[in-house]
Amino acid sequence: MNLHEYQGKSILKDFGVMVPDGIIANSPEAAYEAAKEIQGRTGSKKWAVKAQIHAGGRGKGGGVKIASTLKEVRKFADNILGMMLVTPQTKKEGKLVRKVLVEQNIYYPGPEEVEEYYMSILLNRDVGRNMVMYSPRGGMNIEEVAEETPEEIFTEIIDPTVGLTGFQARRIAFNLGLSGVAFKQMTKFVVSLYKAYVGSDSTLFEINPVIKAADGKVYAADSKVVIDNNALYRHKDIAEMRDLSEEDPTEVEASNFDLNFVKLDGNVACMVNGAGLAMATMDMIKMSGGNPANFLDVGGTADAKRVEEAFRIILRDKSVEAILVNIFGGIVRCDRVAQGIVDAYKNIGDIKVPIIVRLQGTNAEEGKKLIDDSGLKVHSAIQLEEAAKLVNTMVN
Amino acid sequence: MSVLVNADSKIIVQGFTGGEGTFHAGQMIDYGTNVVGGVTPGKGGTTHLDKPVFNTVKEAVDNTNADVSIIFVPPPFAADAIMEAAESGIKVIVCITEGIPTEDMVQVKEYLRGTDSRLIGPNCPGIITPEGAKVGIMPGFIHEKGIVGIVSRSGTLTYEAVDQLTKVGLGQTTAIGIGGDPIIGTTTKDAVELFMNDPETKGIVMIGEIGGNMEADAAKWIKENGTKPVVGFIAGATAPKGRTMGHAGAIIGGKADTAEAKKQIMSDCGIYVVDLPADIGKKMAEVLK
Repeated sequence: MNLHEYQGKSILKDFGVMVPDGIIANSPEAAYEAAKEIQGRTGSKKWAVKAQIHAGGRGKGGGVKIASTLKEVRKFADNILGMMLVTPQTKKEGKLVRKVLVEQNIYYPGPEEVEEYYMSILLNRDVGRNMVMYSPRGGMNIEEVAEETPEEIFTEIIDPTVGLTGFQARRIAFNLGLSGVAFKQMTKFVVSLYKAYVGSDSTLFEINPVIKAADGKVYAADSKVVIDNNALYRHKDIAEMRDLSEEDPTEVEASNFDLNFVKLDGNVACMVNGAGLAMATMDMIKMSGGNPANFLDVGGTADAKRVEEAFRIILRDKSVEAILVNIFGGIVRCDRVAQGIVDAYKNIGDIKVPIIVRLQGTNAEEGKKLIDDSGLKVHSAIQLEEAAKLVNTMVN
Repeated sequence: MSVLVNADSKIIVQGFTGGEGTFHAGQMIDYGTNVVGGVTPGKGGTTHLDKPVFNTVKEAVDNTNADVSIIFVPPPFAADAIMEAAESGIKVIVCITEGIPTEDMVQVKEYLRGTDSRLIGPNCPGIITPEGAKVGIMPGFIHEKGIVGIVSRSGTLTYEAVDQLTKVGLGQTTAIGIGGDPIIGTTTKDAVELFMNDPETKGIVMIGEIGGNMEADAAKWIKENGTKPVVGFIAGATAPKGRTMGHAGAIIGGKADTAEAKKQIMSDCGIYVVDLPADIGKKMAEVLK
């Protein structure tokens, strides 16, 4: 589950990670009041006004502004709220901004230079341990850094039984070139950050940039936090942070029916049991001259009700020209699935899109016969190649 | 021969009396698998499916000499079940459960280091040695005793390969579903290594998908140590970047995660890579000629 920047920062703060003083606002007036309150608490004379959407690169699209007066805070909030923010990570139409985060400015003047670093915590799948990945090149796209100057990316792999150790925290601070107050601040920062990561059952923390302010204080200036969906049962407070308005409505609906659905841009939809076979079916559609319109795993119990729901969801996409149902019957019997398809077809009524059903495994022949005898405009197949050829005929 | 499980394996079922456990244990027994008992805390001393139920894995092992366990415990308790099996000396632990928190699996992985227990899964269909033992949720009847070893991250895609190998008359020595999660006990490379060392296995099918480095690691190992032909398939060539495709581990982060990159490295290492899952059986028949 993805979180907004302000939600991620609230988790960081709970674990003692220093974040800029900030208040979330959903109107220009609220933003103005927020800035005033922050000024009262911190003495900040400038403010960051930041669009809250689930996508990175917000600054590039005009979603992050630095205001020098309270009036400017109101003006920027007015500009940003309600805009369709386009960033390199959004679709081309952009994302509607519903909230802004107003924050204390941490680029304030002081005895030292302000510095920006990159830091993330994530799973290293090769060793089955979490790791801190960091770089002195903050504020940059880390993939670009990895290509251009891989020697400037460092990692610390963490032993889960002891957590991030003191020497690792010091090594991080040294590698970032820190000394004095900032050195101590950074070691404290990274230890707290790891505690927050584990404590919230996150699968990704990306803090880009981490700021060393002019007085040596270290702040998480941004936060990208992804929570492990499988662990949400033990974090009721975090589960409540889910923002459905940021998700594809069709995917949300599908998830309510326990259907694993990902919307894509193609013209041939598919409905499959099993994630691996579903991906392979998408690939097969492509090789047959079509483009997959979705990923859809109906799971182990492809009964009539789920099949019907899946059809309804697929059919909402008007660019779909054909539907390929690919089921390998194991414990699920193919004749049951076939009956489900026939029933769903009749219940939904007028389906204009051609449907190809490929059933293999337990009772595949019986399933094929059920479909062939149903009188519906459904093409049946047993071999994968047959199904691929049928897709090819449909789209050409 | 075969790998991991055979007719002599003594198998217990953790989460024996639950819905999933009951159904699949029944199917396993029907297949002829040597299920010697089960574990459900609080139901020790009773019998279920005509087999004894124990409160703890330790008790089950002491009474039955079980050496293999299959786990159908719900996600919040599954990590604990794996560690209990390891602590009790179970050699092969098969965890079917889907949806275990990643942080729990980080702990499990650590716990298993230094034990001689091997974990298969989680989030996997299990292992089957045709005519020997079915320790999983796969449909038994599609399998046939034979000469090809299969390792796969996906359930139904494994069945697809099994079915084809049965139809071309090659059959299987053992099929291992290693699971679709980011942290799993036995990797593609581990399974390939088992098959390379199994005299009965003449060829290996390796089915992977987007995300992680497991297929690349296995491919490099095969290039150095391989003695048998390997046919490979990678699912997810059309998967978009940054989206989880059903399996928690199937997500493209960087370039090495893509199907294209994996296929490239696999064929560079001498693996026969097919673009369609429908070609797995045919290809294996061709290279084994």
